[in-house]
Formats: sequence, C-alpha cells, structure tokens
Amino acid sequence: MALRDRPLSPHLQIYRPQLTSVLSIFHRLTGVFLVSGAALLCLWLLSAAAGPEYYAWSQWFLTSWVGYALLAAWSYCLFYHLCNGIRHLFWDMGLGFSLRATYASGVLMVLASLGLTALSWGIGLAYYCTQ
Amino acid sequence: MSIQTPLARVRYLGSAKEGSNHWWWQRLTAIMLIPLTLWFVASIWWLVVGGATYEAFQDWLSGPVAAILMLLLIGAMFYHLKLGLQVVVEDYVHNKTLKWAILIKLNIGCVVGAVAAIYSTIAVAFGG
Repeated sequence: MALRDRPLSPHLQIYRPQLTSVLSIFHRLTGVFLVSGAALLCLWLLSAAAGPEYYAWSQWFLTSWVGYALLAAWSYCLFYHLCNGIRHLFWDMGLGFSLRATYASGVLMVLASLGLTALSWGIGLAYYCTQ
Repeated sequence: MSIQTPLARVRYLGSAKEGSNHWWWQRLTAIMLIPLTLWFVASIWWLVVGGATYEAFQDWLSGPVAAILMLLLIGAMFYHLKLGLQVVVEDYVHNKTLKWAILIKLNIGCVVGAVAAIYSTIAVAFGG
C-alpha cells in the first residue's frame, strides 16, 4: 500500500502565540538543546579519563569565552526545563489544570528559572571571588 | 488488496502498553534528575569556575558520593534524553524509513554516550 501525504491539522504558525503554548514549545527546545550539554559532559569525563593534559584542555575550553557563553545558555535552559518539568509533574498528579492556575504557574516557572540561574551564577561568582 | 488481517497490520508498530511505559519512565527519570542536576550544577561551579586541578577533580570523583551520583546522573539523563528525543523525532519525521533510521541512531548514540561516560567515571574514580 502506497503511503500518501495525509492532510495535517493546522500547525503552530496558524495560532496566535499564547503564554501556555510558547512555554510548551520552549520546554521542548530547551530539552533538545540540553542534549548538546550531555554530549559535552561525556567529552569532559572522557578527557578526564584520558589524563591530565586532556583534562587541562577541556578546563581551558570551559573557562574560555565560548565555554562560559555555553555554560550560561545551558544553565538557563537546564533551570527552565527543570522548573517546567516540575510544573508538568504537578499536572501529571492532576493539579493546576484551570486556566488561571496554568497561567500563574507559567509566570511563576519563568521567574523561578530566571531566579535560580541568577542565584547559581551569583553563588558561583562569589565563590570565584573568594578563591 | 492485502491478505493481512487488521491485527497483523498494526502489530510491532508500537503497542499501547509500551506507550505508558515510555510515559512512566520519562517521569521517573525526571524525578531522579531534580536532585541530581542540582548537585551537578553545584559541582560544575566548584570544578570549572573554581578551576579544580586534575588531582582535585580525581579526588572529588573517587569519593563514593560523587562517583555514585555521577553514575546515576549519566543513567537517568541518557534515558530521559532518549525518551524525549524519541518523541520529538516521532512528532516531526513523517517518512517511515527516515524515522526508523534516526531512532536506531538515537538509541545507539545514547548507549554509546552513556557507556563512554560511565567508563570514564569509573576510570577516574579508580585512579585512571
């Protein structure tokens, strides 16, 4: 049986963006982006297993301008995916499904992810300064 | 006309019970990853920004707490990642052959990545 292209339901670009849909899309985007972080974690551990000279190279990369930019992006995406993931877990328990609660948790989630990113970088910088 | 029965046609395309298994493990690994990633972020700050030497790094990863948490993080993260990317592929790749090709590569890639990370962790933990 030949598979033909079936008509698709209206997709993303048809709808006016809402907070709920935009946050949902970014949950997926941050998740996909975090995969590159997992790949780097692998390389980081591999470099450590390969010996001090390789470990020094990955430390150099991570503390370079590019490395810090990547760490900044990953840290925010991680906290976003983490906070929205917790929001999803509440939904899985059947909590917070009303329109009001969904918007409130969405705003709260964005604020929490920004706050956690700022907090972690604040602690990191404070630690760096005391070194 | 096909001589296949309707049951034979839908078999092995993914059954309902596997769907709930996928859903369940995505949640289970998500819950595990909450404390694990927080620990990981804190560790990264200390190791990278703090500029830990190779000896300090080895010292840290040879401790039972760090080694066990790192192995758990690798396992939960790669399984969570595999489940998540699988759904993305299934949603957007409509060509059947291409979809299976990507899913096979994804699964193999996740196993390779996880094994490499687990091996490295153990190698460093037991003295490289």
